[in-house]
Amino acid sequence: MSSVLYDVPGPKAILRNRILAVVTVVVVLAILGFIIYRLAVTGQFTAEKWRIFTFPLVHQNIIDATLRTLSAFAVAAVASLVLGLLLSIGRLSDHAIIRVPVMLFTELFRAIPVLILMMIMYYGLPPLGVTFMTPFLAVVIGLTLYNGSVLAEVFRAGIESLPKGQTEAGYAIGMRKSAVMLLIQYPQAIRAMMPVIISQLVVVLKDTALGFIVTFQELLYLAKFYGGQVTYGSPIIPSTIVFGTIYILLCLALSAVAKWVEVRSRRNPRITKVAPAVQAANQVEIK
Amino acid sequence: MDPLINNLDIFVPAFRNTIILFVVSGVAALILGTIVGGMRVSPVPIMRGVGTVYVNFIRNTPLTLLMFFFAFGYPKLELGKLSYMTLAIIALSLYTATYVAEVIRSGFNTVPVGQAEAARAIGLPFAQTMSLVILPQAFRAVIPPLMSVFIALLKNTTVAAGFSVFEAGAIRAYLSERGEPAIVVLLWVAAIFVVLVTVLSLVQRRLENKWRVAR
Repeated sequence: MSSVLYDVPGPKAILRNRILAVVTVVVVLAILGFIIYRLAVTGQFTAEKWRIFTFPLVHQNIIDATLRTLSAFAVAAVASLVLGLLLSIGRLSDHAIIRVPVMLFTELFRAIPVLILMMIMYYGLPPLGVTFMTPFLAVVIGLTLYNGSVLAEVFRAGIESLPKGQTEAGYAIGMRKSAVMLLIQYPQAIRAMMPVIISQLVVVLKDTALGFIVTFQELLYLAKFYGGQVTYGSPIIPSTIVFGTIYILLCLALSAVAKWVEVRSRRNPRITKVAPAVQAANQVEIK
Repeated sequence: MDPLINNLDIFVPAFRNTIILFVVSGVAALILGTIVGGMRVSPVPIMRGVGTVYVNFIRNTPLTLLMFFFAFGYPKLELGKLSYMTLAIIALSLYTATYVAEVIRSGFNTVPVGQAEAARAIGLPFAQTMSLVILPQAFRAVIPPLMSVFIALLKNTTVAAGFSVFEAGAIRAYLSERGEPAIVVLLWVAAIFVVLVTVLSLVQRRLENKWRVAR
């Protein structure tokens, strides 16, 4: 197998590769070993520190917090997709009076950190007379404004990457602009952009953890609460391990969906034609 | 303007710390990310495996959780005291490095294999194949997404506010004690971020136009 960086290895290169492999294993084992040694020496594996996670009530609380995290994610994900679609339609408008404000809106909300958006919602608005603001709403609105703007750019990149003939054919058979967008452009753009859209949803899921800073009682909030229980020897590290595993599993599941969609669409010749768009949009997808 | 001017003693050091977090973790992430990205395209399967595991695990962990571990968990390991600022830098660097690694890997992937094969065919040694044929092309493909990663890093520095680091995200908490209206303070913080991000985006656009690959 040849790659850009190296040729098929000869006898010398094979020997060198084997030595490198051994060195890698040794270094990685040394780092892992050191971490585990420190964990053991400082007593992180004692039964006392893990006991709190054996109670059924704690399990129930963890499940509830996971559901709160997931519901914030679900609401924010749906709202971001809707907002993203609307913004992308606005940004592709023929009328500058719609296009320019929408462009300013997306650029603005892409530039403000999500945490600051959440803080504006949670700390900034209530003194102005907004009475219904809960931490949940602050998290969801903050996530929606940011990710909706990012997704708008993803949709737009998808549409702009389509071959021009697609739109021209639509107009040629007498379609109006709305029909061209709805029936020709968006279906293709969304299919081509599916992996990017899903990986942006992973970002939404990860960023729900910011809710902890604006007192939203989700997983990380609970992690800090249990980690600080002095009666159980302040099991902050066991707590990080437990809650970290939950987060990683949730995100990995979502990432796996993204990868599956990508592999599937790569096999589909109708979608591979617009595949370069995915590369272009990977530059849009940040964070 | 008043809430900003009256409280410059808070705004200036806070944003200075934001910039420090950004620059130091940016450099560290670039170094670590290049190493990991190099591992992910190396001919040694074990290196590729280690790189993949690292990238996939850290990428699927919220940055907030990483900071949480370093701010609250690290002191329990009794490895010597580090300031919250240093711990935040470590978390930001480890997190951002995965994105840098992915960008570098995809940069190499944009170079067609034929380019390297042609270079080898005309007898160029490894160093010249790299420096004259592959890196110049990979570099051009890498710059714009790399700038996106840095823009994200700049915004991510605010997360440190939740973990006792005095930077832009923490300004509100400090100024609420002085009785400043939260919304005005937060809008100023947001506005400064918009300016900083716009500057970075302009740099990105310039580099993009300068180095666009004409194929």
